[in-house]
Amino acid sequence: MKVLDFIVCSNEQLNYQNNLIKVTPADNELLPDMHPGQFVQILVHNSPKVFLRRPISINFVNKKKNEMWLLIQRVGEGTRKICETPAGKTLNLIFPLGNSFTIPQVNGNFLLVGGGVGTAPMLFLGKKLNEKGFSPDFLLGGRSERDILQLNDFEKLGTVYCTTEDGSFGEKGFVIHHSVLQNKKYDFVYTCGPKPMMVAVAKYAHENNIGCEASLENLMACGFGACLCCVEKTTKGNLCSCTEGPVFNINELAWID
Amino acid sequence: MDRLKVNIGNLEFKNPVTTASGTFGYGTEYADFIDLNRLGGIFVKGTTLEPRQGNDYPRMTETPSGMLNSVGLQNKGVYYFAEHIYPTIKDYNTHIIVNVSGSTVEDYVKCTERLIDLDKVSAIELNISCPNIKEGGMAFGTSCVSAAQVTRAVRKVYPKTLIVKLSPNVTDITDIARAVEDEGADSVSLVNTFLGMAIDAETKRPKLSTVTGGLSGPCIKPIALRMVWQVYNTVKIPVIGMGGISNAADAIEFMLAGATAIQIGTYNFIDPAVSIKVIDGIVDYMDRHNIKLVSEIIGKLII
Repeated sequence: MKVLDFIVCSNEQLNYQNNLIKVTPADNELLPDMHPGQFVQILVHNSPKVFLRRPISINFVNKKKNEMWLLIQRVGEGTRKICETPAGKTLNLIFPLGNSFTIPQVNGNFLLVGGGVGTAPMLFLGKKLNEKGFSPDFLLGGRSERDILQLNDFEKLGTVYCTTEDGSFGEKGFVIHHSVLQNKKYDFVYTCGPKPMMVAVAKYAHENNIGCEASLENLMACGFGACLCCVEKTTKGNLCSCTEGPVFNINELAWID
Repeated sequence: MDRLKVNIGNLEFKNPVTTASGTFGYGTEYADFIDLNRLGGIFVKGTTLEPRQGNDYPRMTETPSGMLNSVGLQNKGVYYFAEHIYPTIKDYNTHIIVNVSGSTVEDYVKCTERLIDLDKVSAIELNISCPNIKEGGMAFGTSCVSAAQVTRAVRKVYPKTLIVKLSPNVTDITDIARAVEDEGADSVSLVNTFLGMAIDAETKRPKLSTVTGGLSGPCIKPIALRMVWQVYNTVKIPVIGMGGISNAADAIEFMLAGATAIQIGTYNFIDPAVSIKVIDGIVDYMDRHNIKLVSEIIGKLII
């Protein structure tokens, strides 16, 4: 972990509420090895009311360009300020934080389920699985067509299935209702997104005897295990989702009765 | 760097900059960011006799220029600390001070007793001001009688430096400070968090599982500063000041108001290296003002 200034290489508004910001270390330092599921804590400049850093998961790492991608949803004042940072300006990051998804050693049918901005770490995970020679399936969910992000990038890494709540793209409904879940047998499922979605995915995995990891988005202050604010109830008691997570095996969580 | 030395009771601190309990884990959480040996001291996470799971999530919410927390003293208990955590931190060249909390006077005493033999725990900070536990905690720190009672009981068994951490959630903090001084406390540290709450208007629900929590961060600094100044003018024992310190200027302000040492708390979350920057900034201030010893700043507010 370290604190470092990054230069914004590009800042692209993807839709009405999401920006894709690509950053590189300001002093040209080489990015360390980072793993899907890990996140960064971004300092919010020019907003005296916003106090805490904002935890943002690593969307992708382009080793060749020494670039890290951050997919950010403008939720409130903090994320809005971050998304106003133009190319050429700096962002101060604490990184890399947290654990990461388990990368399987042998090939199988892998499903990566993301909802909303929770698709962010799935791109990086998909890339890592690709590098191992695996071709994962992605199941991406959003409210409407405009909420399905980075579709072209996902399609380069595997087969993509989508759901939208209004039926404007892919199958209509929530990710958990997608027909692929009935039609294909998976060996492992990864998920990140709104908690009700992740709980539904965890239940599906549990009922079908499929291993499953979920990346949590609990509110946090520090991001490195000092404040003990971001805890999740687990079989081992309250654990910090910043250091013991954000990725948990669903068997450790108190989600399924 | 002798010019930065300050004394709290019999303890000499290499500099007045320490880190506040509950914001700095056991120090090791920050080892990637700073050289812990440069700190004046580390006040480690609130420790209780028995392990505690703390309160339910959500236990934190951001507020303008600050945050509310209701962690509820999650910790593995003093026995686990002594056997498993202490060995990993005892070799740092800084004072390790354990923040001791409990639900009964007996808890405080037993927890303290387990710490006496740990050579490198040079002091304890008696936490009679945690607003987030149902029994004990702040209840001890909000009346002179109970604050005196718990201080007296711990003083009887603890021969090393005893610091009592005061709650700001009282009518007159100087009364409590005087009460613990009379019972033999070597120092008082203040302030702990202010009891506050936050509500989500859309859902009509509290933002914390416990409804109320402790407010910290720059938003509390003016009140904390006032209280440090009042207590400094009331007691003879050294005061350790804290509350929203985020840079060297803030630290100097607390020292001018009467603090012998300061603790940096919530701002560690925003800048994990802030404590070192404050030490360097104090040196810079001393150079600019031709001050030879940092102790010359203490209580030198000009009115």
